[in-house]
Amino acid sequence: MELINQHTKEIMEGCKERARAAGLSFTDESLEYIVTNRDLIELSPKVMIPTLYDYWVHDVEVLRGKGEYELYPHNPYETVINTRPPISFYNDNNPDWLNVMIFYHVLGHIDFFQNNLYFRHTWEYDFTGQALSDKRVIAKLRAEKGRWVDYILEFARSIDNLVAYHDELSPLFKSPDTATSSRLDYYFDVFLQVEKKLPVAEYLKEVARYNEAVLQDKEEGERIFFAEVTAKYPEMEAHFAKSRSVKRIERRDLLRFLIENSEFLARDENSWMRSVLEVVRKTSIFFQPQIRTKIMNEGWASYWHEKLFLVDDRIKGHEVDFARVHAGVTSMPRVGMNPYALGMRLMYQLKEIGDKGKTGYDFHRLSDANQRKEFDAGTGQGDEFLFKVRSNYCDYLFIKEFVDQDFTNRYDLFVTGKRLDPQRMVWQYYVKSRDAREYRDMVLASLYHPPHIEIAPERGEDGALYLVHHFEGKQLVSEYIANTMVGIEYLWGAPVQLETSEAVIEQTRGTAGKEGGEEAEITWQRVVYTMKEKTLSRQVL
Amino acid sequence: MKDLEKYLEELKEKGLDPERYARFRDELAVTRGVPTTDRSGPFPNFSKSIYSWQDLAVLQDQGRVPNPYQCHMKALDELLERDRQREKDGFPRKIRVGRLIKPGKGGKGKIVVVPSTEEEKFLHDPTIRPPGEGGSTGGSGKGDEGEVIGEQKVRETGEEPGQGPGQGEGEAHEMGASAYELGKVLTEQFQLPNLKEKGKKRSFTRYIYDLTDRNRGSGQVLDKKATLRKIVETNISLGNVPDPGDMDPTRFLISPRDKVYRIFSQEKDYEPQAMVFFLRDYSGSMAGKVTELVATQHVMIYSWLLYQYAGQVESRFILHDTEAKEVPDFDTYYNSRVAGGTEVASAYKLVNEIVAKENLAADYNIYVFHGTDGDDWDTGGDKSIPELVKILSYVSRMGVTIAEHAGTQWTEVARYLENSGLLRDKPDLLRLDVMNEDAEESRVIEGIKKLIS
Repeated sequence: MELINQHTKEIMEGCKERARAAGLSFTDESLEYIVTNRDLIELSPKVMIPTLYDYWVHDVEVLRGKGEYELYPHNPYETVINTRPPISFYNDNNPDWLNVMIFYHVLGHIDFFQNNLYFRHTWEYDFTGQALSDKRVIAKLRAEKGRWVDYILEFARSIDNLVAYHDELSPLFKSPDTATSSRLDYYFDVFLQVEKKLPVAEYLKEVARYNEAVLQDKEEGERIFFAEVTAKYPEMEAHFAKSRSVKRIERRDLLRFLIENSEFLARDENSWMRSVLEVVRKTSIFFQPQIRTKIMNEGWASYWHEKLFLVDDRIKGHEVDFARVHAGVTSMPRVGMNPYALGMRLMYQLKEIGDKGKTGYDFHRLSDANQRKEFDAGTGQGDEFLFKVRSNYCDYLFIKEFVDQDFTNRYDLFVTGKRLDPQRMVWQYYVKSRDAREYRDMVLASLYHPPHIEIAPERGEDGALYLVHHFEGKQLVSEYIANTMVGIEYLWGAPVQLETSEAVIEQTRGTAGKEGGEEAEITWQRVVYTMKEKTLSRQVL
Repeated sequence: MKDLEKYLEELKEKGLDPERYARFRDELAVTRGVPTTDRSGPFPNFSKSIYSWQDLAVLQDQGRVPNPYQCHMKALDELLERDRQREKDGFPRKIRVGRLIKPGKGGKGKIVVVPSTEEEKFLHDPTIRPPGEGGSTGGSGKGDEGEVIGEQKVRETGEEPGQGPGQGEGEAHEMGASAYELGKVLTEQFQLPNLKEKGKKRSFTRYIYDLTDRNRGSGQVLDKKATLRKIVETNISLGNVPDPGDMDPTRFLISPRDKVYRIFSQEKDYEPQAMVFFLRDYSGSMAGKVTELVATQHVMIYSWLLYQYAGQVESRFILHDTEAKEVPDFDTYYNSRVAGGTEVASAYKLVNEIVAKENLAADYNIYVFHGTDGDDWDTGGDKSIPELVKILSYVSRMGVTIAEHAGTQWTEVARYLENSGLLRDKPDLLRLDVMNEDAEESRVIEGIKKLIS
């Protein structure tokens, strides 16, 4: 890998000036590398992070060439990675005008990485540096422990999507003026709700009473409030004292739970495994925001490369070339989902919403389609609104909130379905729905969403680890359950149980009912899988 | 990245000699590795996830990088070694060897071995939906709700993409590394059963050297018997044998041309011919694992035949639902899917028709391997059994594999085969192997052994 030459770097710096003038914000430094095929072979399995730890699955992927996984997305690998300074990769034969476009695209991404709050936890450090030290740790362990390091890596990676990424973010957003005492937290969050199971009305009264007390006397309000509480619930203080001595149990982050609570990992001879788990967990958490903001990120970058390129004075004469490449990137396919195209159109929509003041109540109470179309309050706050959305949203919220009927009508969007016509033996692709709600649900269903699996330490018998999969309408991939649980059992050092739901496809009539397009009903049943000494058993609840 | 294909064509135009051109082509074919899902049909983007769009490909036209040719085998062996070690350490194997066969159109099969592995996690499975539904994606442009904007024939080659694991067969057909090794073992231990000398028509470029040719006058070894015969002949024609009842060899006249010698010669080696019929049920009920199993087993048998008999075994491929049809090559055979009903008899009947029409029974050892899930609308086998009896009159071996769906037992096909008594009466000609749809690779191999032992 080599850095781009001075001439090209100069173009990049020019792009930075223009992008800043347009309102994007990013750090001064950036690194641009030319990559060859050979580099790409090495880099792509490692998600373009040059310093990621070595792992044999990467070798398999190198051998295999990168197939696409229909089933679940890999972390998409990018032209630019979210490091400090950001590193971006270029083909060695891009013409200057194309580089200008890609530079703007890359700057869009960098701005997004550095301003979107879902990336908040990646702002304080340089991931490549950290990855390098992790890589060394793992290499050193390999020298001592040999292949067992790879087993632990594998087991850790098999649960690396069960990290509580949002829990990681939430403490970063504590604003200083809302600090509350731990006693108050305990009283309202645990004591009233969990212990006393107060009805909502009563609970709200309690909240109002507290607010009243603080309003009366800012300094002493809380003390006075709790004096009354103690009169009402004499046991409160004792409970509070007891709660402080109990360690909080991690319920959502399986990797962290194992690091903290696994007796097997706590043994002296196994404690090195914790550092491997830690590495995998950090890596996973680093990549989480990337995959949760794919549509926004690509939409944002495409929006800016189009806007900035067209007004760039240095590319006169390449408008047609640009138009061809750009259309290839951002045209809406007749059938299919292109995140670049969808994201970019949503960004334009937002700009318009902001410019015409369609964000306010005056607009939302209009139900007449024509009035909605014609509405223009002339507020001119499009950019401001755009930047706000860029900072605060992820794909889920972005799609949920802004894909509305106005949007789908404007771009003629519909849900394409595919069904079997058993008479003529053809698959038919048909326009399933033009309803914005259905379109939205279809997009939301295709987004990355790891299963919600909670740890229930109180339910495991004889030291078993009990996991509960909260059913959200999709079952788990059953072929993967066994091997994943083998890993968890190893790391836990005792049997593991997983409670989950599975589809039962009702057969209307015998085995022949499976033939053709019989309407089969799907019903769901709860089952428990138990992994004990590497053998899996299944029991219907 | 330059498009290597184009580049190669350019080189050709510049006058690359054909031999080198062919070699480069082969190299390209290998480095391409496993083709990704063959996204056939009118809308190739239908099942493309939003996460598979990425900058390098979209903006910089950076196609998938071919793998360096030289790192294939060595690294593969290392990886397989690692996998064997896993087993010793008490963990299930993980590396799968994909594509033992790289089927080419028109029977140009090629064997390429590519490893692959899956990192298992707890993930949502998007493929659970009522049958006959094909999922949904976005779209844009004209068209009213309910309007059909494109069609794709089910019977066409090309699976239905986006079906997730174990269904979209266009993805690399994979089998465990153990299968790859066991395949070798198969080759060492097994041969086609009941191979008879039949219609030695095809010669191959194999020669044996033998002292079979006779030559008069000179040579390596004197063939005494033939020489004596010649001498007698000559003397009779010369009138030198007055009384055939009382010969006096001492009075024989011997001409040099009478001496018959055996000389060293190149002999073409003729081998018995075999024709293998692969039959596969590709009806609606075959979706999922059972197809996977049957196809895997057939890939193995086919690979093994290719390997063992170096292409001297001819293969025919027949797919059936309620009707049977013959397809031209293995590629089509294992990539086709439909969703109709099932009539096993249709396939058997077609085999009989082909055999009768082309008069194969006289010249060929015929083998029939049939894979099904055991469903048959012809419940009692009233149509199938007569056809089957006809097949058994000429085959050297017929093997039926039934991959049972979970929860079914004693399927129609198994039942009527049992009841017909054919299994008992002709154990040498007809074999039945019933396995569960969750069967492991090793079980599939066992099945093959059972069918051909």
